[in-house]
Amino acid sequence: MAQIAAKPAPAATPAATPAGTPAGLDPYRLRTDFPILGTVNRFGKPLIYLDSAATSLKPLAVIEAVDGYNREYSSNIHRGIYELAERATGAYEAARVSTARLINAPEAAEIVFVRNATEALNLVAYSWGRRNIGRGDTIVLTEMEHHANLVPWQILVQEKDGDLEFIPITDDGLLRLEVYEALLHLRPKLVAFSHVSNMLGTINPVKQLTEMAHAAGALVLIDGAQAVPHIPVDVQEIGADFYVFSGHKMLGPTGSGALWARRELLEAMPPFMAGGDMIREVHLRRSDFNDIPYKFEAGTPAIAEEIGMGAAAEYLMGLGMDNIRVHEQQLAAYAMETLRREVPGIEIYGPEAPYRGGVVAFNLPGIHPHDVAQILDRAGICVRAGHHCTMPLHERFDLAATARASFNVYTIPEEIDALAVGLREVGRIFDREPGRPV
Amino acid sequence: MPWGSARSGESSTASPAGRYRGILDSMDDLYRDYILEHYRRPHNFGVLDNPTTSYEGANPLCGDRITMMLGIADGIVREVAFTGRGCAISQASASLLTDEIKGKTVAEVEKMTPDMLLDLIGIDISPARLKCALLSLDTVAHALADEASADEASADEASADEASADLASAAQEEAGAQG
Repeated sequence: MAQIAAKPAPAATPAATPAGTPAGLDPYRLRTDFPILGTVNRFGKPLIYLDSAATSLKPLAVIEAVDGYNREYSSNIHRGIYELAERATGAYEAARVSTARLINAPEAAEIVFVRNATEALNLVAYSWGRRNIGRGDTIVLTEMEHHANLVPWQILVQEKDGDLEFIPITDDGLLRLEVYEALLHLRPKLVAFSHVSNMLGTINPVKQLTEMAHAAGALVLIDGAQAVPHIPVDVQEIGADFYVFSGHKMLGPTGSGALWARRELLEAMPPFMAGGDMIREVHLRRSDFNDIPYKFEAGTPAIAEEIGMGAAAEYLMGLGMDNIRVHEQQLAAYAMETLRREVPGIEIYGPEAPYRGGVVAFNLPGIHPHDVAQILDRAGICVRAGHHCTMPLHERFDLAATARASFNVYTIPEEIDALAVGLREVGRIFDREPGRPV
Repeated sequence: MPWGSARSGESSTASPAGRYRGILDSMDDLYRDYILEHYRRPHNFGVLDNPTTSYEGANPLCGDRITMMLGIADGIVREVAFTGRGCAISQASASLLTDEIKGKTVAEVEKMTPDMLLDLIGIDISPARLKCALLSLDTVAHALADEASADEASADEASADEASADLASAAQEEAGAQG
């Protein structure tokens, strides 16, 4: 029976930490902040969670923030004139401030709380898109988009008789900028792309892409769902117009997320959903809408969840986004090196580590990723298998599906070692002759 | 070493590496030898020259794909073959099912339930993998429905269109079930 090798790590990538600098983030210590990491599966195996790109685990700071609202000051916001309601409103608005700081938004009022990045994208497609996209207008996307940054635009251009164009990618999973340049001659109204690909892990050159789009007169929307938890994001430095992300991928609760957009864009956009809280005055036949961001937050929002998202933002900033990036870049490099060395025949998709976030999609020769994931599950190892909501991207690589390991602040190299040993075992199970022990 | 001294080589169960010792010992029970054998060397794999009915079924979400070909005479499944690709469970299931239905009457095959097929497969199928396990039976059912509607078509061509429209909408539903 193979065992997890207790050997020293190979030399790290020539990476982001200058030699001799103490590591900025201690994943071993912070793991105690995540109670779920102490659990075991039905076979008694400790949790090896390598599916953080799907959703992240939650630290105590977030769990307690949500719990605190529910236990101590559960009440509606922006309404009640009593202590609990004032506390709830204060905590909710403080979460907005924390969320704004995380991406260096110029002002908290430009943060609209939504359920997730998908809702933020739909909000922009319905509100901004329906007012600004017309017959013959072009929206430029990329081949690597998550369905959430594709399908809303398909629906919009079908309705408005507009066009979609796509920036293709290289076999290494990088955007082909020369084709992008040519597409910009079509004078698109909007360019929308992911900051970090959820399948390839590619970190796109968002500042350059944004500058090129602006020079061609297009607005820029960035899907930051896979970036905000993992790399420093500064929307002002990037120069973006819209930036969307989910709370649950950044250590926050499910049901939390944010849209950031420049104030003048939000002010010019019509409401997406209508109802309470988004109005200033209501008459029977007309209403005046509230200021931003409340204009876009109709009805009672996910108060507890957004408070949890604020706690997650504070937790991430406490660790330091630069430190997180260094840790995860090292993990990605370590994973690619280890898997290539230890797992015969493994095929890894996407770019090399410097251009890659903590995401590694792969296949074992002749073994369907569902079988890989199913067998790994027995060992307590959680990986995603399927198309990861990027069917066009899988078609681009002529793949039915891939398996994907993805990392976060709490991921440690021993878990990658365990994955490598687990994958070797999967290969051995599939290779063995019947009747012979493994 | 990027993670500093915390990443130790100790193998005690208290250390991170030690904690993951022995995780492999339950991996082996799931995909039994006969499942893997059916996957590697599937029975009845190939094409029939003159099937009386055939159908291509797919799980678009995972890329499993099976084409079932049946040769039916006098209400009996005389010949059966399949081609396809996909996960071990979907392909082993097709291999086992084709063995099972060969020589049975159409009425018997039509009465086969998902549970009967799962018993035949004989391993734990998690809810997420049910579609893989049941694709073969679903594809056989579609092939038989096509055969039945083709028989009726001589009397009433419209019913065949209806059946294929049903299949198309069922496939669409399936495709839309997950994102």
